[in-house]
Amino acid sequence: MDNPLWLIPALPLAGFLILAFGGSHLSKKMIAAAGAGSVCLSALITIMIGTKLLSAGPDGGTYSQTLWTWIDVAGFNAKITLTLDALSLVFVFVITFIGALIHIYSAGFMEGDKDYSRFFACMNLFVFSMLVLVLADNLLLMYLGWEGVGLCSYLLIGFWYENPANGYAARKAFTITRIGDTAMAIGLFMVFYQSGTLVVADITAKAPELWQQNETVVTVIALLLLAGGVGKSAQLPLQTWLPDAMAGPSPVSALIHAATMVTAGVYLIARMHVIFELSVVAQSVVAIIGAATLLIAGFTALTQYDIKRVLAYSTMSQIGYMFLALGVGAWTAAVFHFMVHAFFKALLFLAAGAIIESLHHEHNMFRMGGLKDKMPVVFWTFLIGAASLAAVPLISSGFYSKDQILWYAWGAGGGSPLLWAVALLGALITAAYTTRMMILTFWGESKTHIGHHPGKRMTIPLIVLAFFSLVAGFIELPHNFGHFTLFSDLMHKVLPETILRTNVSSEWMFQLLAALATFGGIFLGYFYYGQQPQRIENLRQNEMLAGLRRFWFSGWGFDQLYDVILVKPFVFITRINKADVVDKLYTGIVSVTHALYRLLSRTQSGSLRWYIMGMVIGAIVILGIQMML
Amino acid sequence: MKSSVSIEMVMLLAGLLFALGIAGVIIRKNIIFMLLSVEIMLNASGLAFIAAGSHWGQPDGQVMFIFILAMAAAEVSIGLALILQIYHQHQSLDIDKLKEMNG
Repeated sequence: MDNPLWLIPALPLAGFLILAFGGSHLSKKMIAAAGAGSVCLSALITIMIGTKLLSAGPDGGTYSQTLWTWIDVAGFNAKITLTLDALSLVFVFVITFIGALIHIYSAGFMEGDKDYSRFFACMNLFVFSMLVLVLADNLLLMYLGWEGVGLCSYLLIGFWYENPANGYAARKAFTITRIGDTAMAIGLFMVFYQSGTLVVADITAKAPELWQQNETVVTVIALLLLAGGVGKSAQLPLQTWLPDAMAGPSPVSALIHAATMVTAGVYLIARMHVIFELSVVAQSVVAIIGAATLLIAGFTALTQYDIKRVLAYSTMSQIGYMFLALGVGAWTAAVFHFMVHAFFKALLFLAAGAIIESLHHEHNMFRMGGLKDKMPVVFWTFLIGAASLAAVPLISSGFYSKDQILWYAWGAGGGSPLLWAVALLGALITAAYTTRMMILTFWGESKTHIGHHPGKRMTIPLIVLAFFSLVAGFIELPHNFGHFTLFSDLMHKVLPETILRTNVSSEWMFQLLAALATFGGIFLGYFYYGQQPQRIENLRQNEMLAGLRRFWFSGWGFDQLYDVILVKPFVFITRINKADVVDKLYTGIVSVTHALYRLLSRTQSGSLRWYIMGMVIGAIVILGIQMML
Repeated sequence: MKSSVSIEMVMLLAGLLFALGIAGVIIRKNIIFMLLSVEIMLNASGLAFIAAGSHWGQPDGQVMFIFILAMAAAEVSIGLALILQIYHQHQSLDIDKLKEMNG
């Protein structure tokens, strides 16, 4: 216990225990102090340990701490071991630091809620589970955290449980992610069956000897793990839960459904990169899923009314970029985009929460408008976040991370012109829907009266996050200007370097095209929503375009499709099986014993002479049997 | 001393007496007659013991008969006391009229 690594997850757990068991006796101030304080302390310790690891870390750049043995049976050994290397450090930093800011924001945001302590208890439990997920040194412990965050996500989506729709959204999220989790569990069984260990470091060391390149079994394992990641990260085809998950409070959307939990799939694939590198098929599937998701989610975001749903679809689309990067072998680019995305998307959700709160829970962007001068702090921070999301060149951090992914989508080993073209189109759409959201929310005439302005506890986290959204990109500059690669140098201790294809042309051209796509998207958004809004009306009159809009608005009909092929048949079967076939066996046993009881109770007539007769007959029968044998 | 009656005959007599007793218990409705029949059954088994004891030249048969006699005396005294009580309460000694415990 020479370093306090174990304190990082232990503090939020302590916060959870205090709030869960004593929350009802504490004052609101105490609850906020316990809930937000524990995560803030965790963040401080993370920064302390992180600087120590980076400046004077041990060889191999890994801190490891075994707390106790969890399971030790018949050759299977799972320890509670925390491991901090460069990859988990980035995740732990994002979880605790952004988590702390969101907790501070929540202290103001949830002020009026009657379940103040339940909210912070769930949030602390979430931070704890997420930290277990990224700090775990073996896959079993990671799975514990994986299920823990799923549970907290369920609890927090359904936080306002009095509205049945929220409960439905929570159940939907839980059920759909469970499909992925089950696949992942099967993947873990296969890993253990093949390699005899679940410790990540051992698998990484053994994998090249254990499996041939492109062996079927390794492809199956990789695809099963991918299914787990797809479920958690809301990628095609398990993406339908994320937009509905916006039923939860805005800080929950910021922390769980934008910054941390939904990127667990990215973490899993980056962590198990050895297995994915062994299977070309699985890697291309990752890239294709990412590319398809980013495009579909982008088009859907173009048509949404609800500001939080726009952000939800943009989250899906940005995670699609990360999957694309993972798929083409640009591991560090994916983690870099994860970090930058966590900053600006948390910022956007928190700012959107502040707007919704001030406008009396108005979610519809078309009823907002004109907030530019009335809420200046929210406007400027939201603008910075939106610029990052749209990847405005040079000034925003989103540009540096997304440009890197675009470049690798063309130039990396697994890249191809088609993937690059999809990513570029995605960048254009991203800029377009971001501009649309900005214009509808902040410009134009005011349509809803502002109730009250957000307090200091809510604006300060916004400003801090806005600052990081601006500067986070500068720790990794492109090769052709600056060539400052602090982030990827750090990552390369854990993740392999990206291999470029041999004949790649100049990077300049791609950066120019990416910048053009961004500006083109901004112009499109401005042209249709800012300058000439009547053109949108004209487009709406067109029968075919209106149909396309409805199709996009419904999220490309995935909900309806699943409803028809899965939900309806299931409901039908349950209806015809209302009496429960399996139960028939047990009710049958009951009725047989009941009939026998009635039969035998007749013999209890109370007539003494019959009893004696019975005894005599019994004695004769026994004697008779004895004589015959 | 050799008996002139064979053991089989005595056992047959005892068996017959026992069967008569059982038949009496089953057929008679009056509790007093049922008690009498039980006494006959006891004496049938006592007779079987005596005959077997004398056949093997062992005293055990007679010992067992003494036991049975003592037990029968106790049984009759308790049984008659019960019958008196029953008659007091129900004004009847018909076993079929007295049945109260039926499932």
